Parts: sequence; structure tokens; C-alpha cells
Amino acid sequence: MRVLMFGWEFPPHIAGGLGTASYGLTRGLAKQGVEVIFVVPKAYGDEDQRFVRVVNASDVETPYGDRWQDDIRERLTFIHIDSNMVPYISPEEFETERVEYRSRPGEMKGDIWKERYAFSGKYGANLMEEVARYAMVAAEVARKLEGQFDVIHAHDWLTYYAGIAAKQVSGKPLVVHMHATEFDRSGEHINQSVYNIERAGMTAADRVIAVSNLTRRIVIDKYGIPPGKVVTVHNAVRFDRPAAADTERGVSDKIVTFLGRITYQKGPDYFVEAAAKVLKRLPNVRFVMAGSGDMLNQVIRRVAKLGIADRFHFTGFLKGEEVQRMFALSDVYVMPSVSEPFGISPLEAMKSNVPVIISKQSGVAEVLDYAVKVDYWDVDALADAIYALVKYPALARMSATKGLVEVTNLRWDDAAAEVADVYRSII
Amino acid sequence: MKTICFYFQVHQPLRLKRYRFFNMGKDHHYLDEPTNRAIMQQVAADCYLPMNALLLEQIRKHGGKFKVSFSITGLAIEQFRTYAPEVLDSFRELAATGCVEFLGETYDHSLASLVDRDEFTAQVKAHSALMQKEFGQKPTTFRNTELIYSDTIAETVASMGFKAMLAEGAKHILGWKSPNYVYAAALDQKLRILLRNFKLSDDIAFRFSDRSWSEWPLTADKYVGWLTAPDLPGDLINLFMDYETFGEHQKADTGIFDFMRYLPAAALKTKKLKFATPAEAAKAFQPAAIFSSPYPISWADEERDVTAWLGNELQNEAFSTLYGVRDKVHELDDPDFNYVWNFMQCSDHFYYMATKWFSDGDVHKYFNPYGSPYEAFINYMNVLSDFMIELDKKKADVTATVCASA
Repeated sequence: MRVLMFGWEFPPHIAGGLGTASYGLTRGLAKQGVEVIFVVPKAYGDEDQRFVRVVNASDVETPYGDRWQDDIRERLTFIHIDSNMVPYISPEEFETERVEYRSRPGEMKGDIWKERYAFSGKYGANLMEEVARYAMVAAEVARKLEGQFDVIHAHDWLTYYAGIAAKQVSGKPLVVHMHATEFDRSGEHINQSVYNIERAGMTAADRVIAVSNLTRRIVIDKYGIPPGKVVTVHNAVRFDRPAAADTERGVSDKIVTFLGRITYQKGPDYFVEAAAKVLKRLPNVRFVMAGSGDMLNQVIRRVAKLGIADRFHFTGFLKGEEVQRMFALSDVYVMPSVSEPFGISPLEAMKSNVPVIISKQSGVAEVLDYAVKVDYWDVDALADAIYALVKYPALARMSATKGLVEVTNLRWDDAAAEVADVYRSII
Repeated sequence: MKTICFYFQVHQPLRLKRYRFFNMGKDHHYLDEPTNRAIMQQVAADCYLPMNALLLEQIRKHGGKFKVSFSITGLAIEQFRTYAPEVLDSFRELAATGCVEFLGETYDHSLASLVDRDEFTAQVKAHSALMQKEFGQKPTTFRNTELIYSDTIAETVASMGFKAMLAEGAKHILGWKSPNYVYAAALDQKLRILLRNFKLSDDIAFRFSDRSWSEWPLTADKYVGWLTAPDLPGDLINLFMDYETFGEHQKADTGIFDFMRYLPAAALKTKKLKFATPAEAAKAFQPAAIFSSPYPISWADEERDVTAWLGNELQNEAFSTLYGVRDKVHELDDPDFNYVWNFMQCSDHFYYMATKWFSDGDVHKYFNPYGSPYEAFINYMNVLSDFMIELDKKKADVTATVCASA
């Protein structure tokens, strides 16, 4: 079985969970004997005029210090499409960032995706045009690869037009993968064009894979997709990364961590309110918010207003090693997401032996028994859970040890096998 | 002639309210009174009152030939008094017929028998005194929380003067033995052991309304047919179950009340069956053999062990923290503190913290007010922490007063 897959990020250059998921899934599929041609946008800038380049897996920088085993390498091909499609931002933000970048040429900001994509003016005028341009190139790729794939798989809305175009030129069945919906990103104030693309992709698709039952529900209820073609395949977690080295702790206080984009979707404000409640009763705790995002300033102001700034710290955006070190320093990890289609980061925390509190409004809550679960809006319950994990060692111990076992059993190999079953059902 | 011995367990825990850590030091009312009241009144209406009336009617109808027994926890009696006094009256009426035996147990439906002989003995004595007061009977048959049984517990029970004790009769505990005989306890053979016939008990308690069960629907005549089957060994059929089976676990529309209304007549008319209380049954038959279990067994789950209450780190931690303050509570001996200490003992709190059913939580979720074992643990520990802080404050007060007056 051969699959033509459209993604929009791949490790090590990632800004969020999708790249990690793509990596785990493609490896898992390759182990299942599925051949994967992974098409991913990559901005090369002006120095080269080619739109498309085929890259062998052996030439792709391997993330996490992994080695590509020979059998996996043989089954994986990467195609880079020259594009500056940017993940995790809305079309409006894309516009702002582009203008901002142009006004200050040469200056790189901290976020990894900004380092990766050069805004050079060579690309589409806005994100929507870029998405359309990517689709045209994708159609060309599909035409060139005719006969080399049996099924098309597109990840998230940025690549749905590409998926549809590939299906139209090749006549092969299309699977679209919903890692997040516009409702997760924007609450009820959705961007209509993004919604339309998501809906068009799912309507054109032969199967829709949702990363949780929560997402599956949204796809059915809010996009009107027939339930029969929507399949839930829960994400998994990479298990072969070496444990983070012991990190020396500068303070003896317990550390409670929020790690993620500081945006509406992730519920950082609930974390702050809960922190204030806990700090009123417990002196020996510190709160850390790691990440960046459009709510950062608002959150900093709130922390100052609550008068807890001496115990509430901001780290900015963390990458790779730093994330591991942050986990190693943490006593409690909190993911209070308002709406989280899945949520990989609590699994990463559990792998580092950190007890986690997750919101019941996250897809990952469906696969975890040993995480403490609260409603994201229930600040009292969140504060209580933090207090308990700090104060009652038996709880933290059990949550960490049983959590590690639990998370170790969430294998990409199993998830990939389910995805392969989805392919089989339509080819 | 075979003897049918009915025992019904009546228990309602005092459920804790949602108690956050910021309540500590300020709020010392731990109970969820609205829920406790609502559940008690609901179960009273669905089960206790109609079933008591049914039993009373049957006892009167059969002129003393129909007999049953109850074990009612102190916590249930307290809640009858507060929320449903008419239930207590109807139990008194049953007691007055002379055909109903009230068994002894711990006052709080506790797990004390597993750790602390003195505490266990004290709780059992408190319960016996309550039975004497409410029903005019001094219990002579003992049933431990969740039918927890071990040789040493049985020995303690015998030393308190009980003549008989109930235990679980599951196959892997009994081996080749049948539960349908009277046995003698291993360490004190004067104590008689009655064993639950789990198959015939669960036919009523669990399977009665199960439409996928090949024997559904179960009628009184069919059931009596099984009890009188020539290949059923033994003298005695012990049908032990939760009283809430009638009208609560098996709702009225399943026909459970009709089944129980016709069962006595259907059984008695065969002339092969009669009814007895546990005390009578224990006296009527010679023990067939010794019954021994060096490790605690119970009537719960497939394993019939105690891991539903003391199996994981959370349960063990909560339990040992609770027992860590026992001496302080008894030294202080203040009624307010004793009251809290009592209801915190209840096995249900520990049951809510169990993680063994993450995969098949059906039966257990039904009884559980918490969304997860973690929530149950956090809430219990918050209450217990506040209790411990208050206990220390009170002790300091008392010491200060004593010193000042000296």
C-alpha cells in the first residue's frame, strides 16, 4: 500500500503538535509496510527557483537523535514544496506578521516557525492564496506521481485543497485528518473561509479521521459530515526518546507548569486564576508559564494585578531540549485547554514522570485514566487538584508511576495500524 | 427438607460534600446533606418502605413461618432518624413480629477489622448497643463489612460472644465444599460460619432483570424449583444480598416485588423448604467441616478479596492517615470529633478511590458520586486534613484549659 500524504510541518522544524504526530504516524505506517510520500511545504527563499524537490529520507535531518532504520528509510520519501504556509496562525495573523516582517527586514523573532519561513514576497499575497497555490503545485505532484500511490492523506485544512486537487487529477480516494477544527482554534468566532475549506475537504474526502471522539463529534455536529465516514484514531506518543538528563533544581519549591501556546484555546487564564488560589494557601509553590502567543500580555497583566508575580514565571517559547528540561523541573503539569482536539504535551509530561492535570475538554482525556481531569472553567477544581498533587505525595506518586505505564502503551504503531485499516476500507 | 436463610444488608454512607483545600480552617461541615437526604428519601420510597411492608405482610400471612434477617449499619440508622423516621418505625414493626433477626456489624461499615482489633471491637459493641436500643435485640450473629472474613477476625468475633458469623461462599474459596452446610471457624470452633450461596443469591440480586440471561424471566416457581432440585446438596441455602436489590438495583417494574411476594408461599407449599434466621440455622445444624481463610476474603468482585477498598496507593495512604490519628481522637473523646471520625471510617470512601475498574467500571460507577478515584482521594484527604488541624487545635485548647485551672 502506498500513500501520498500532505502535511505542513515535520520535525525537527515544528511549532506544535502536528509535526510530532506526522512524524509518529509516518514512521508507524512505514513499519506497517505502508510506503509514504510525504509532501511538506518548505520555504527555501529566493536562492533557488524550483517549486518542488524530492528529498530522500536519508537526507532529512532526523529529529530527536533517532536514526532512520533501513527498512523505514526505503518506504519514506519527502517532497518539499516551496511555500511559506505558516501553521497555527489565522489568515488575519498571517497578514499582520507578513506586514510586520516586511517593515523590519532581517530581524528574526524567537518563534521557530518564523525562523523557518522567510517572508520574501515571492509567495502568495495572503495565506488563502498560498493555500491555493500549494494546491496547484500538489495537483502537479499528483500528476507526476501517477501510479505511485493508492490513497491520498491530507493533514488539517491548509492541505485540504491540495488533497482535493490530488484526488481530482488521480482519481484516488482521499482521507482527510482533522487534528483541530476551526472551533477549537477560535471558539465560536470562526473564520468562515477556514471553516469552508475544512468542510470542503471533509465533504470531498472518502474518510475523515478525527484525533478524538470530541473532534469527531464536532465534525459531525458542526460540519454536517455523515457519521459513517468519520473515524476516530487517537494520537499516540513517541516512546523511544531517552529520558531527560537529571536537571539540577535551583529552588526547592514545587513547580507547577503550563507549557503551550498562550492562546484562547489553551486556557492560560484559568491557570493563572488557579495559581492565585493555590498561592494564597501554599507558600512553597511556583508557577511557570512556558510558551508565547497572543494572550501573553493579557496574562502578564493579570498576574501582576493578582500580586503573584514573585511566584509566577514566564519563560517564553521553549524548544527541544528546553522542553525536556522544563518537564524535568516540574512537579505538576497542567493543560487547562478550553478545547483541545487531542493534546500531545501531557503525554510528553507523563513520559517524564510528571503528574498531569488535563481538562475534560481535551481529546487526550479519552485515552488517559491516570491523569487528573477537571473542567477547564472549574478553577476551584483545578486549584484543588494542584494543591492535592503538591500536598499529598501518594497521589503524585501514583499518578506519575501509573501514568508512565499508561502512556508507554499509547503506541504510534497501534495508531498507524488503525490508519492503515482506514486506507484498506476505501481502496 | 432444606432451610432458606435470608439476610439483607442495609447501609447508606454519609457522603462527603465537595470540600476544596481553601475550605480548610474555615468550614468544618463535611457532609453533603442535600445528597444524603435525597438518596435516603429516594431509596426509602423505592425500596425500604415498600419492601418492609411486603415482608411484614408475608410474615403475618404465613404466621411466623417466613423469616428474614437484616444487618443495618449505624450510619443508615442515623440517616433514618434524620431523613426518613418512618423507615425506622417500619423496621421496628418487623422486629416486633419475632421473625426478624438483626445482625451485628461495625457501627460505621468500617474496615477496622483489617487493622485494629481494639477499634473493631469498640465499633461492634457500639453497633450492638444500637440494635438493642432500636429493636430490643442483642445481636448474636455477626456479619462484617462486605462480608470480610479471616480466621483472626472470626476469632475476635467469637471472643465478643457471637455464636455465628456470615462469610462469602465463592467457589475458589470453598474448593470442593458446598456453601449449603454450616461450618465451624478454624480458630474457635464454637463459632458457626454460614456461607453465602453466591449463585442463587446473585440470581436475584444481579441477574433478575437481565434479559440476556437464559433464565429470564425468573418466576418464584422456577426459583423454588432450583431450591428443591434433588441434586442441590446440603441443608441450608443462604441468600445474602444488599437490601437495595429490591426496588433500587432491580426496579419495581422488573417485577422484583411480585417475585418476593410469591416466593414464601411458593416455597412453603412444596413442604420441602422452610425459612430460618441465621441464628436459628446456626443452631439447627451440626458443622460439616472447618472453614478457614488465613487471608481476608469478601463478597466483592471476581477476586473476592479486599482490594476494592485497600488495593492502591491512594486507598492505603488515606486509610493509614486516618488510623494515624486514632489515638488522638480517643484521647480527646469529644462527641463532635468522634462523630466525624466515625463517618470517615466508612468503607465506601475507600471504594470510591479504587482504580481497579478503569476498564470495566459499570457496577462501581453506579455507587460512586465522584468522577474519578483521584477526585475521591483529593476530597477525602482535604476533609481529613482539616479534621486533623482542628483536632490539634482542640487538643491544644484542652491542654491550655487544664493547665490554667491547675
